[in-house]
Amino acid sequence: MPIAKRPPANFSALRYGVFSLLGFIVLWWLSAKLAASPQLLPSPGKVIAVTWQQILNGEMPRNVGITLLRVLAAFGLAMAIGSAGGYLAGRSPRANALMNPWLIITLNLPVLVVIILAFIWIGLNEAAAVLAVVIAKIPTVMVTVREGAQALDPGLDEVAVIYQLPQLRRLRRIVLPQLAPYLAAAGRSGLSITWKIVLIVELMGRPNGVGFELNVFFQAFDVAGVLAYGFSFAAIMLLIETAILQPWERHVNAWRRNA
Amino acid sequence: MPGDETLEVQINAKAFPASDGSKRPVLRDVAFSAGMGLILAFFGPSGMGKSTILRIAAGLDADFEGFVRRPPGRLGMMFQEPRLAPWLSVADNIRLVATKGAPAPDIPGLLEEVGLRGASERWPRELSLGMARRVALARALTVAPDMLVLDEPFASLDPQLSAGLAAIVRARASRMRTLVLLASHELDQALAIADRILILSGEPATLGADLSVPRGEGASAIARLRGDLLSRFHFLNVQGNPITTESEVQASVHPGP
Repeated sequence: MPIAKRPPANFSALRYGVFSLLGFIVLWWLSAKLAASPQLLPSPGKVIAVTWQQILNGEMPRNVGITLLRVLAAFGLAMAIGSAGGYLAGRSPRANALMNPWLIITLNLPVLVVIILAFIWIGLNEAAAVLAVVIAKIPTVMVTVREGAQALDPGLDEVAVIYQLPQLRRLRRIVLPQLAPYLAAAGRSGLSITWKIVLIVELMGRPNGVGFELNVFFQAFDVAGVLAYGFSFAAIMLLIETAILQPWERHVNAWRRNA
Repeated sequence: MPGDETLEVQINAKAFPASDGSKRPVLRDVAFSAGMGLILAFFGPSGMGKSTILRIAAGLDADFEGFVRRPPGRLGMMFQEPRLAPWLSVADNIRLVATKGAPAPDIPGLLEEVGLRGASERWPRELSLGMARRVALARALTVAPDMLVLDEPFASLDPQLSAGLAAIVRARASRMRTLVLLASHELDQALAIADRILILSGEPATLGADLSVPRGEGASAIARLRGDLLSRFHFLNVQGNPITTESEVQASVHPGP
């Protein structure tokens, strides 16, 4: 297998990324020109205009804010419960044996089924919406964190036993640094999946939020509106990932870098 | 009857699971006791069960027939591998085990003691194996242990350095009445540091000898003990040839005729 070449010294990933993005916009613009159907495929300019209008009338900030709150609540709960469950399953074969069948079932259960059941059983309310997302997301967090917990260094566990480290110090200084790459992976994939599930939940059973707005634009066959909300929310999620999650991941992995 | 400040270990049998599902016995009838301030060296070739005895004595392995009574107080241990947390600096690795509520450890002083002055802020990956092992020793000393367990403490160290660390351990043992258990496969190193030397032999291993090192009687008395050991046991090198020279012993030990 050929060895991957090192990038040249003057290589700039950002510059390539910007070129790639510009290429996408040019391609989109050309396609819109060729399609010659603003309703079916609006130009980038048209989508930007709709976005601006939605920002000015306050609808987009309000709906994006509502969706963000749902995403953060669901993401936080799923990460907390999934991490605790995954850690337990990774450390205790007994707990793992008990949880594994549930994990397999929930991992293979379509998200739509979870959402529908949550709305039927709990009602068309906020709790059902967040709970549906949490239930759909927990298994993937658990599986990732379980893998990390199973890979914890037993040698360092013994160091902790010998020196009778207090539980909190053990968690902070021994366990969490080892779990950090797994938590970061679960967080990054979790966030991107969570917000997509939240949009479906909103589309199906909430009177506000980006998902609800997408449904409204869909009913009106307004592709520019769909793209305006879709791209805006994706951009915000991308910003959260690059501004918060990726730097955190780099920080927790700093010790791995070569001296 | 031994008092509270005595370590008592009795291993009637210890076995490890074999690949075919059976149990492979590694130790039988290993019994010893020791009071505070003594240094006990377990001597025998690799794979004889020295580390297993240390792990049992330290309470890390409870899967054996017999019992262990440890003196009360803190435990320090230097494993065969340094076992440093790679995401913590050298100083933080030492600080990690510091006793809650106790005064902050004198990390520069400890590092100087083990010959690593100025290494506080280095990462474990920047250290050689020998240096990392010395950090592990500093970590063990930082808790002022009542019982110190050292598994092959002087491996990967040059003779001068290992003599220096042996002196530190001896000084700690006598000054703070620390009970030290150490494993070594090098006879001369074991003789240089220990008050008692326990020789493992046979298969499964048992105690072939438990001898006091005449520490206060000068070098000639220790040399006589060494000669006695060489005459009572067949020391074989890793090629299986008898060792009769003054070189350090990488030995297999078998009961004498």
